[in-house]
Amino acid sequence: MSDQTLTEHQSTAGARPIRTLRPVDFEPLPASAPTAGMVRPSRSYWQDAWARLKANRRAIASLYIIVFLMLFTFVGPLIWRVDPALQDVDQISQGPFADRSAILVAPFERWDGISLEQGFGDGDGLRLASQPTTQQVRMLWDAVPEASAYRLYRNHFEPQSALVLGVPIASITRDGVHWYEDRLDLRARIYYYSVVAVDELAQPLGQPQTIVADVRRVITLDEVVARGLTEDPAALQPGDAIELSLHPLGTDYLGRDMLARLMAGARVSLFIGLLAPLMFVAIGVLYGATAGFIGGKVDQVMMRFADFVVALPFLLFMILFQVVFGIGPGESGIVPMLIALVVLSWPATSRLVRGQILQIREEAYVNAARLLGGSHQYLIWRHMIPNTLGVILVTLTFAVPAAIFTEAFLSFIGMGVAPPTASWGSMCNEGLKTMLTHPHELIFPAVMISMTVLAFNLLGDGLRDALDAKMRSSV
Amino acid sequence: MWSYTLKRILQGIITVWFIATATFVAMHNVPGDPLSSDRAANETIRANLEARYGLDRPLFEQYLMYMGNMLRGDFGISFTQQNREVNDIIREHFPVSATLGVLAVVFAALGGILMGALTALYRNRLPDYIIMFLVILGISVPSFVFAALGQLSLVNLNAMMGFSVLPVAGWGTVSHMLLPALVLGLGTMAYLTRLMRSSMLEVISSDYVRTARAKGVPPARIFTRHQLRNAVMPVITVLGPAIAAITTGGFVVELVFAVPGLGRYFVQAVQQLDYTVIMGTTVFYGTFLVFMVILVDLVYGWIDPRVRLK
Repeated sequence: MSDQTLTEHQSTAGARPIRTLRPVDFEPLPASAPTAGMVRPSRSYWQDAWARLKANRRAIASLYIIVFLMLFTFVGPLIWRVDPALQDVDQISQGPFADRSAILVAPFERWDGISLEQGFGDGDGLRLASQPTTQQVRMLWDAVPEASAYRLYRNHFEPQSALVLGVPIASITRDGVHWYEDRLDLRARIYYYSVVAVDELAQPLGQPQTIVADVRRVITLDEVVARGLTEDPAALQPGDAIELSLHPLGTDYLGRDMLARLMAGARVSLFIGLLAPLMFVAIGVLYGATAGFIGGKVDQVMMRFADFVVALPFLLFMILFQVVFGIGPGESGIVPMLIALVVLSWPATSRLVRGQILQIREEAYVNAARLLGGSHQYLIWRHMIPNTLGVILVTLTFAVPAAIFTEAFLSFIGMGVAPPTASWGSMCNEGLKTMLTHPHELIFPAVMISMTVLAFNLLGDGLRDALDAKMRSSV
Repeated sequence: MWSYTLKRILQGIITVWFIATATFVAMHNVPGDPLSSDRAANETIRANLEARYGLDRPLFEQYLMYMGNMLRGDFGISFTQQNREVNDIIREHFPVSATLGVLAVVFAALGGILMGALTALYRNRLPDYIIMFLVILGISVPSFVFAALGQLSLVNLNAMMGFSVLPVAGWGTVSHMLLPALVLGLGTMAYLTRLMRSSMLEVISSDYVRTARAKGVPPARIFTRHQLRNAVMPVITVLGPAIAAITTGGFVVELVFAVPGLGRYFVQAVQQLDYTVIMGTTVFYGTFLVFMVILVDLVYGWIDPRVRLK
């Protein structure tokens, strides 16, 4: 062979540099030269899987979300120490970043209908007698001599016609009284008050008069002290501005802090979402592995039973179990749900694990190990378990969002946790009722559910791709 | 084929027996008893009622009675609704749930197959990304949130158009069914889209598709005859469990949209502890689901000869 050049050719040669062989390449190597060996360090199955998982950006992002959720659930309540059941009646259904200033006022005193605050009560018709506050809205109007009664209405919107004035709040029939003090469930917002004078036959006399009241939020010193809003009550005087308690994500329809409730709900959702899958996957693995390992008649009977349990209509039996366990007063209903989930969900895992065990049992490497004298113990611990662990882990990851969904569904229809226990599902249910006016009460828990379910689903996808090339999804 | 069908039906009957027994056992472990209301305050009345419902007999005898009634298709009389048999309740409300469920399954299957095929054909291009994003939403957002958002957008749409495009809730006409069925089928649609996509991707790179292309078969015909037909097979297998999930998951949607279906009735019966209605509905639903799954499996064997040969 002279200086003829040989080019390497392979079917995949496109990417490879073409290497020229020279006579030197055909010289025998000295005996001391390194023999063929692994160029890369040996990596175990799990190291390999971890490397593949790390390359999957979506899986890593979902891992970060899960870590954040864990922090939110377990560390969050240590930082944000607000009782999730505590009602802040001053701030009901407040959105996030709502104005929370209030003015300190003296305790309420009855109004005689005569005394007027400076700058108020002048003019004709319906007029305010003082600054409207959440404590009271005082108004008076000109007496109509032939009137037998005055009807008062309150509205959140400007009345468009004399027929639609709003909610009737009072009907005043006492002689000589042509003033009214509204104290009914006042909020810091704009109200439209209307008054109509009527005769004995309840026919309106003249057009209704309407007035706008821009109600200011106030608070008394007693309330400030009771809610712990100040450290030095003596230093406060009427007219001082007070900051009400902070609710970063707003409050719900009972004035409970959304952030604290989301954290409490996360505890319920993750408790069920993590513990139930752990339990039923463990049971399923034991059951399926036993059936698969023993085989024969026992296997048939065991699997037939598993098929029966699979056939039970899942959600109906979840509800049925909730009834069977009977949630007594003061109980949250979490444990019955956990038990029901475990009782109904184990067969899917057991089927899967049984299939795996049956398959691995016939593999050549297991036969080889058996021929070499491997004991049952050795076969189970060395071959069966490590080779099913990937499948089990993936099942576990996909079981978490399913369990969280189930919990949310049941709590949503009122068959899950009992109030006042917060759960994302029950919060969604409550938020649904006020969806139009206070969307944040629905959005926050819904986002939490979706984010958690999404994170675990993506992680499951990533794990499946990383752990088992055969099951690799093309999504 | 016939012996297989017979075997499956026999298995189905045993499964239904198991469901009925499980329901019986479950309901007998409910705290309290059906006669603990005010009506049975008097001892004599209570004894009479117990005799009427056979509650004074030994448990096993009660079980036999219950099974006998079930076999005759008699689910008993409602405990809370006067003069109403459970059979009437099922007859009246199940068709509503079934209509909704069938429509949802149709939505889910058609949408899933179509979108899955589309994503596979446009792999790693814009339509793929858009649909897969929607699929991720469909998988991770609970159906009650979709229901709420659907209602909300419908309210806005109706207000914007100035007339009722689609009713927001209720039941009666086809227009009432569209949104609930879509919401109910959304989760399954997302799942089927994923399945169809991976199955389609496999088919696209298969030898017979390459052969067909080499023969000069037009692309449209390849798509319908070679790709779609083969890729749709795994979707049909999961249709049985999907029908089960959709029909039993229907009560959430029924609640939100005020649809008078059996699912909503079941939830109501559970809240009122209406024993006979709970047992009757559960067994009825269980039977329905078992035979639905068998039916889908048989259809699958009929469509795909490879399964029949096994």
